[in-house]
Amino acid sequence: MAVLELVQAHAARGAIVVLGNHDAAALGRVVPGLNGQALAAIAWTRPRLAKRQLDFLEALPTSVREADRLYVHASAAVPERWTYVTGPRQATLSMQAANAAIVFCGHVHEQRLYFMGEGRFATPFRPVPGTPIPTGRQRRWLAIVGSAGQPRDRNTAACYVLADLARERITFFRVPYDFEAAAQKIRTAGLPERLARRLERGV
Amino acid sequence: MQRLEPGAEVDGFRLGECVHVGSMASIYRLAGRAGPLPLVMKIPRLGAGERSANVVSFEQCRMVLGALAQSPHHPTLVAYGDVETTPYLVMEHVQGARLDEWLKRAPLAPQEVARIGHALALALHEIHRQDVIHLDIKATNVILRPSGPATLIDFGLSCHRHLPDLLAAEFHSPVGNWVYMAPEQTAGERNDPRSDLFALGALLYELATGRRPFGAPTTVAQLRRRLYRDAPPPRSIVPSMPAWLQEVILRCLEVDPGERYSSAAQIAFDLANPGQVALTERAQRRARAGVARTARRWLRARNYLPSPPPAPASAITPLPVIVVALAGDDTSEAFFEAMRAVTRRRLVADGDCRVACITVVRPAAGLADDTPTGRHIKQLVSLRRWAKPLALPEERVTYHVLESDKPVAALLDYATVNEVEEILLGPGRDAAELVTQAPCTVTVVRAPTPG
Repeated sequence: MAVLELVQAHAARGAIVVLGNHDAAALGRVVPGLNGQALAAIAWTRPRLAKRQLDFLEALPTSVREADRLYVHASAAVPERWTYVTGPRQATLSMQAANAAIVFCGHVHEQRLYFMGEGRFATPFRPVPGTPIPTGRQRRWLAIVGSAGQPRDRNTAACYVLADLARERITFFRVPYDFEAAAQKIRTAGLPERLARRLERGV
Repeated sequence: MQRLEPGAEVDGFRLGECVHVGSMASIYRLAGRAGPLPLVMKIPRLGAGERSANVVSFEQCRMVLGALAQSPHHPTLVAYGDVETTPYLVMEHVQGARLDEWLKRAPLAPQEVARIGHALALALHEIHRQDVIHLDIKATNVILRPSGPATLIDFGLSCHRHLPDLLAAEFHSPVGNWVYMAPEQTAGERNDPRSDLFALGALLYELATGRRPFGAPTTVAQLRRRLYRDAPPPRSIVPSMPAWLQEVILRCLEVDPGERYSSAAQIAFDLANPGQVALTERAQRRARAGVARTARRWLRARNYLPSPPPAPASAITPLPVIVVALAGDDTSEAFFEAMRAVTRRRLVADGDCRVACITVVRPAAGLADDTPTGRHIKQLVSLRRWAKPLALPEERVTYHVLESDKPVAALLDYATVNEVEEILLGPGRDAAELVTQAPCTVTVVRAPTPG
């Protein structure tokens, strides 16, 4: 539960933390669409969470609004429904519901940036890691920051995004981590082999 | 927004004389600022009734210019204002004459066309290398600096391949100048740097013949004619035009981007070395394609889909050129053979690699029988003699005699202008200086020591 301790420490220092679908499932809430491996991982996790940690998760909001930005795990349309933003249509719905200049979300594991001007639908853009993108207030933006723990674009490096609020630009990043050690821990814990293998392959 | 007059102040910048009023923006000189660069402020027309295209193109321009590293080939962006309240761009006031000044005097001499084309191709290569495609190359968007380089201005329709394309999201009809627009742009393709090479070809065509290759279309149907109707060969208009220039121009104007040059650097190289342009059927063409061929092309054009653009980035590798500098002190056969051995290894490793054999001579001292031409020929003969055992096909080797008091500077200039990949030279006095200053890899070749 090292990850949760880390997140709690960040939260204690003022970090914004939102609830994800796997967190909700670990709390025993009804979360549709989880496959067998995910359920196995959740079943493994639940008894290992301390009361303090369960309380922390229990208190997490599904979305947080800060100035003109919205942070949410899945689509902002109905956060508790855990809708995947997999294309312009869902991105448009999420942006309209969010009513924010910029939405940061995850759920979908690949990094994407959607932007919307006067047109009816958002335009997708595949960001290039390390290139700052000006996010002018003339249009609305939705950034899928990618997965820190389980990237799926055949690149094993973890994903994150830095938003430079003063200069109004965001930069997508990839950072290599010791995925072999992580995969080893999954195997040692006796969790499904596929969960370990996908970290090694980035799928 | 307030009405702007010279003397007005915007975000602490004081406006000077208005130097340009266009349909998209006005440009003012900035007064009373001491700094390393003379500056202008570009203010887009965003008032009521103005097209939203202006706003998007203003944002695109700001984004792309902001992402470009400083170079003489585009204006440096210094500051910008908020799009919603006070939109403006402050950038370098590029000194020089706009290319339309030359266009007025067209047709120009082939040498002058080549000189301008060379400068323009280097500018395009610089932005392409930074993953930017201009997409609106025309005479009024090019400034020739008095010192030589060409500067591209107005990046309002440009595209940066690592940044979101705001224009593509907003417009669905072909945006850009229809006189110079590449065929794939008419189909909405905005991701191919070779589109700029087409526009460059169209511009060179006009400079060299005084005519536009595809006229001035006013409807989309007329615009799309360039997909199947080729331009009259420039030499059918200007019979005295050298074959190499027609070759370069028509290669740029190929409908299929894959048939054009694959990078602007290659055009620059050809225009700087007219004697070395590999001539094809294009160079000899005297008339446009006949009815039957045009009809076939027309049929094909009806289902036209642009071919996929090349991978971005850094993917634009110019044809690698390696320089063999035979300007050192060692002229022994053993050294020459060592140099050939290294050159051979490079040629085997890279089948596209081109060799430029260079020697630098000091300018003539003024002896009557020692004419520059005579000395040049003598040097060329020895360069050819050195290269002969390599048995290279003609298009893979060029010979250059550079005249300069400063051999290092002459080689550095050559390497910079021609995007040279590597310089091979002997361990002469100049080697150390060249190694530290060259923009590319430098290899010092030694003859094996006996024993």
